[in-house]
Amino acid sequence: MTRVAVQVAPIDFGAEIDRHDAGGYGATASFIGRVRGDGGLLELFLEHHPVMTETGLLELARAAAERWQLAALTLIHRVGAMTPGDTIVLVLASSPHRSEALAACEFLIDRLKTDVMLWKRETFENGRVAWVEPRAGDAVRAERWG
Amino acid sequence: MVTIAYFAWVRERMGTAEEVVHLPADVNDLAALLAWLAARDERGARAFAEPERIRAAIDGVMTGDGALLGGAREVALFPPVTGG
Repeated sequence: MTRVAVQVAPIDFGAEIDRHDAGGYGATASFIGRVRGDGGLLELFLEHHPVMTETGLLELARAAAERWQLAALTLIHRVGAMTPGDTIVLVLASSPHRSEALAACEFLIDRLKTDVMLWKRETFENGRVAWVEPRAGDAVRAERWG
Repeated sequence: MVTIAYFAWVRERMGTAEEVVHLPADVNDLAALLAWLAARDERGARAFAEPERIRAAIDGVMTGDGALLGGAREVALFPPVTGG
């Protein structure tokens, strides 16, 4: 089962893990990305493309399924306005074997950061508003998957 | 006629999310399009002063600098992505 979503609504981890794990797969690896509140951040806004963002997530899911033996994949990215502590992204990867689940989960979050059409804008307490610049380390991590 | 869609700070600097334009005949690849937009007016100059910071997708497919516009219906122009 593959579930991919781009949504404005908050990500409900409990509901998603129940939905994902209905089959009882041997191993499930998860990654949860949250909004950091450092530097006086008030709001994180995620902009997306109405079609290509979801297409990008589906392509990543397909690439992971070709590479590892996966029983289920969940890939959900939130868009719109968020505040510190909110969940931005959820990755769940299940397999009969933990090594495959862990590797797929790491691959998905690494490549999501460089391959999918999403842009972060930060608003701080002092009124500063800035679009986040990509980090060189993210590109390095994504590239090592080939 | 081609629709050009802008995202993130490119959209803010252009002051619009998308526009439909008639391209001159010699604007036939991505690099030429960025140069044309930068020369067209002040907002274009601000958005495309550093073309190396711009990424693009043509009709829903991510593409590179030398990409030909051909019969493109939509060209999306945006900064490097920062999701996750």
